[in-house]
Amino acid sequence: MADLTTNFAGIRSANPFWLASGPPTNTGEQIMRAFDAGWGGAVWKTIGEPVVNTSSRYSSVDWRAQRMMGLSNIELISDRPIEVNLRELAEVKRRYPKHAVVASLMVESKREAWHEIVKRAEGTGADGLELNFGCPHGMNERGMGSAVGQVPEYSERITAWVKEVARTPVLVKLTPNVTDIRAIARAARRAGADGLSAINTINSITGIDLDTLMPQPNVDGKSTHGGYCGPAVRPIALNMVQQILSDEVGGPGVAVSGIGGVGNWRDAAEFLLMGCSSIQVCTAAMHYGYRIVEEMIDGMSNWMDAKGFAVIDDFRGKSLGRMTEWKHLNLNYKVVARIDEALCIGCQLCHIACWDGAHQCIHVDRVSGPVDGPVEMHARPREMGRERIVATPIAKLGPPKVHVGPYATTLERIPRVDETECVGCNLCSLVCPVNGCIAMVERPTGLAAESWAERSRANIRG
Amino acid sequence: MQSATNSELAQRFPDLHPALDARAAAVEANRCLNCFDAPCMGACPAHIDVPRFIAMIASDNVAGSAKTILDANVLGASCARACPVEALCEGACVLHGKRERPVEIGRLQRFAMETFYDAGGRLALRRREERSERVACIGAGPASLACAAELRQQGFQVCVIDRRALPGGLNTYGVAEYKLRAADSLREVEMVRGLGVQFEIRDVDATALEEIECASDAVFLGLGLGAMRRLDVEGAESVGERMIDALEFIAAYKTGTPMRVGPRVIVTGAGNTAMDAARAAKRLGAERVTVLYRRQREEIPAFDFEYERALGEGVEFVWATQPTAIAQRGDGIALTCVAVAQDATGKLTQIADSEFTIECDAAISAIGQSPLLELLSQVRGVAMERGRVAINRATGQTANPKYFAGGDCVNGGREVVDAVADGKRAALGIAAWLSKTRAEEDASDNAGIPRSAQDKTGMRGAMRG
Repeated sequence: MADLTTNFAGIRSANPFWLASGPPTNTGEQIMRAFDAGWGGAVWKTIGEPVVNTSSRYSSVDWRAQRMMGLSNIELISDRPIEVNLRELAEVKRRYPKHAVVASLMVESKREAWHEIVKRAEGTGADGLELNFGCPHGMNERGMGSAVGQVPEYSERITAWVKEVARTPVLVKLTPNVTDIRAIARAARRAGADGLSAINTINSITGIDLDTLMPQPNVDGKSTHGGYCGPAVRPIALNMVQQILSDEVGGPGVAVSGIGGVGNWRDAAEFLLMGCSSIQVCTAAMHYGYRIVEEMIDGMSNWMDAKGFAVIDDFRGKSLGRMTEWKHLNLNYKVVARIDEALCIGCQLCHIACWDGAHQCIHVDRVSGPVDGPVEMHARPREMGRERIVATPIAKLGPPKVHVGPYATTLERIPRVDETECVGCNLCSLVCPVNGCIAMVERPTGLAAESWAERSRANIRG
Repeated sequence: MQSATNSELAQRFPDLHPALDARAAAVEANRCLNCFDAPCMGACPAHIDVPRFIAMIASDNVAGSAKTILDANVLGASCARACPVEALCEGACVLHGKRERPVEIGRLQRFAMETFYDAGGRLALRRREERSERVACIGAGPASLACAAELRQQGFQVCVIDRRALPGGLNTYGVAEYKLRAADSLREVEMVRGLGVQFEIRDVDATALEEIECASDAVFLGLGLGAMRRLDVEGAESVGERMIDALEFIAAYKTGTPMRVGPRVIVTGAGNTAMDAARAAKRLGAERVTVLYRRQREEIPAFDFEYERALGEGVEFVWATQPTAIAQRGDGIALTCVAVAQDATGKLTQIADSEFTIECDAAISAIGQSPLLELLSQVRGVAMERGRVAINRATGQTANPKYFAGGDCVNGGREVVDAVADGKRAALGIAAWLSKTRAEEDASDNAGIPRSAQDKTGMRGAMRG
C-alpha cells in the first residue's frame, strides 16, 4: 500500500487531501466528522471581519442532465463570531493533533489588524495560516479578498505584515480573476510566503431563469456575480497552477496547494503531477459529503501501487516538465485518425464533426469505394429525409436482420479517414463515444523536429 | 365509452411502459448520441427525425419536440405507445453496439406528445389558403387519419367515413389497452378533427361508394382488413358465442363491455393479436389460457418480446397442434386437436392417431384477418393483388387514378406506424395529383378550349352545391 503522507511547506498530514476553506469547514463539529471520514487536513472557513450572509447564496450550471457541473456562491467569510471559531479550532487541534488544521484569515488591510488576527489564530495551535486574497464577491467591495489579490503590491505588503509575526507556515490563496496569476504569486513569494493555494473561485453568472428572467441566485429580485467552482473550473485551475510552477521567477521551490474542481483521485493526481504538494476540495464535498475521500484515498493508493510509486514525491511534478510554450512544439510531428472498424458502432459523429467542425477528411462513402483526394459533397440529413418519406420501402418487420460483413456495424455506416487530408486535430477521437475506437497514430514525416521558434530564427538568419 | 376508462379496467391493463417524468425524460434524452444520419430515423416507417426531437427534449423545448414528431407522424402519441420499438427505432439504436441498452425512444416520444396534449396543443395548418378539392377517406383508422390530417393541413376539404360509432379504427378498438388506451386514440382523433376534417358515421356499400366517388375529387381507401378468419373446423357453428373473434374480444373490453370467458380459454394462432388476446383473457379472469399453434415456436409470427410477455403472464403454448373439431360439452366446449408434422418444405400433415381433446370455456380465434374483398370488388378499376389493394408505392395511387389506398388493406396487416406512413405518402400523392389535374385544367382554360358539360370542374361545383 502506497504511502500518502504529505508535507506541505512543513505542515504534515496523513494524506494530501484537505478540505478547502468553505461551507464544509464552517464548524469544528463538521471538521472533526471530516477527519473521521479520512480527510488529511482542513482549511477553516475564513475567520475575520464580521459579516452578514444573504439568503439565497448558491446557483449552479447543469450539463446534459448532470447536476452541478459548476457551482457559484455569493456566501461571504464565516459569519460566526471570531472567538467561537478560534475556540473550536483549538478544540479540534487538541483532539486531532495529527491532522492539518489551517486557519484562513481575512481582515481589513491594516497592519495591526493582521498582526492581531495572526497571533490569535496561532494561539489556537493551528498548523498554518492561509491568507484569503481571493474571495471575488462581497468582501472585495470592502477592500478585502480579491481586491487585495488583484494588486501585486497589496498582496506583497499584507503578506509581509503577516510574516512579521507569524510563527507557522503562511499560505497565500490566489484569485484567478487576474490577467497573469504569476505576478501575484511572485509578489507573495517576495514577501516570504511559504506556500500558495490556487485557485480561488472565478467571477461568474451561472444563468438566468427563462420563466422569470431573473439571474441566479435570486436575493429578493436582485442578483450579483458569484465565485465559480466545481468540475467545470478544473482545467482553468490546472493551467494556473502550471503557470505558477513553471514560472522561472516565482516557480522554483514553491509549495502549491492545488484547488479547483477536484472530485476524485484522478483529478487530484493531475494536480500532484503538475507539481502541487497538497489538494484542496470543496464543491465535491458539498455535493456528496465527506465520504468521497474514502474513494480518493483508495484510488490514489491503487494507482500509485500500479505505477510503482511508493510516496507522493515519486511522481509529484512529473508532468510539469512536459509543459512548454506553443512556439517550442515540433511542427514536423504528424498524427492521423484511424478508425477501428471492429469497434465502430456507426454513429457517424466523427464524420459530421470533421465535416462541419474540422477539416472535411472523414467520409461516409464506403459503398462508393476508397477515395483519397478531393472533398466530396454530401447530402444534408433533411434532404435525405425528404427523399425517403416518399420512397420508404415497406420494410419487413421482425427480429433485426442477421448482419453479414466483416464487422459488427455494416460497412456503409463506418466512416473512412482520408489520411492525406487529415491534419491530426484529435476532434474525431474526442467526439467518438466508443473507447479506443478512434486512435491518433503517428505518421512519421521523415523530417527533423523543428519548432516555430527554430523555424522563425532560421528564417531571420536566412 | 365512459365505462372503458373505469378503474377496474385501468387496474387490469396498466401501462406496459409507464410515462417518464420531465427529469427522467431529460436524463434519458441526454443518453442519445445524436447520430448523424441516425439509424433509428431510417428504421422508423414514418421517418420521424428522432435525434432532433430527442435533442429538443434535452434542451427543454418540448413543444418543438412534439411538432417535430407530428410533422412526420400525426399519430405520434399512439405510435409512441403501440409501436414495437424493439423491432424499429430502438432496435436500430447504435448503443446496442456498445452493449448498452438503447435510448428509450418510444417513451421519450410519449413524453413529448403527452406534454403537448396536456398543454392543449393543436395541429397547425401548413398553408393558409383553402383548396376547393374534396377528398373522402374511407375508414377512420390510422391510415385515413394520417392521410386526412396531411391533406387538411394543405388546405383540402376532407371527410373521413367509417361504419363504427367511434373513429380511430384499430387504435380505438384493436390495440391492447396496456399499450394504447381507447381514450388516447380518441384524443388524437379530436386533434385531427380540430384541423377541420369532417367525420361521418356511415356504412359504405356499393351505393354509398358511388355517391362518395361522385362527391369527391379523390378517394382514399383506408379500409383495413375484414373480420378474423373463421376457424374452419367441424362444429364451429354449433358452439355459438363460445367461439370468439380475437379482435371483437379486444374491442369489447376496450369499449367497456368485456366478454365473459370462463376459467379455461384456448387461443388459436400465434401472431401479435393472439398474444394480446391471450393476455387479455388472463387479465379478464381466465385461470388457464393456452395458445395452439400449428407450427413450431421459432416460426410464430408474433414478435419475440410479445411472446415473452405472454409467457410472463402465465400463458401456455402448445406447438405443432391444430384443432380439427369443436363441440358443445356440458357447460363448456370440447376442442378436438391433432398433432401436426412438418416436412422440409414447410408443408404440414396431420399425424395419424394423435387426436386429443381439450375442454375449455371459450375458444378465441386469432388466425389472421381476411381481406375485405367484397367491398373492394365494388371499386371499379382498383386492381387487387393477393387479396390486397395494389398501389404505386411512392404515391399510394391505385389502378383507378382517382383512388388511393394505404394501411392494412394494402400491406396485409402491419403496425400502426406503417399505416400512418402509408396514409401520409398517399396524401402527398393525392395533393400532387390534384394539383397536376388543376394545372392541366387551368392550362386548357387559358387555351380557350371549351369544357364539356361533364368536365371535372363542373361536377365539383355541382357536388359542392
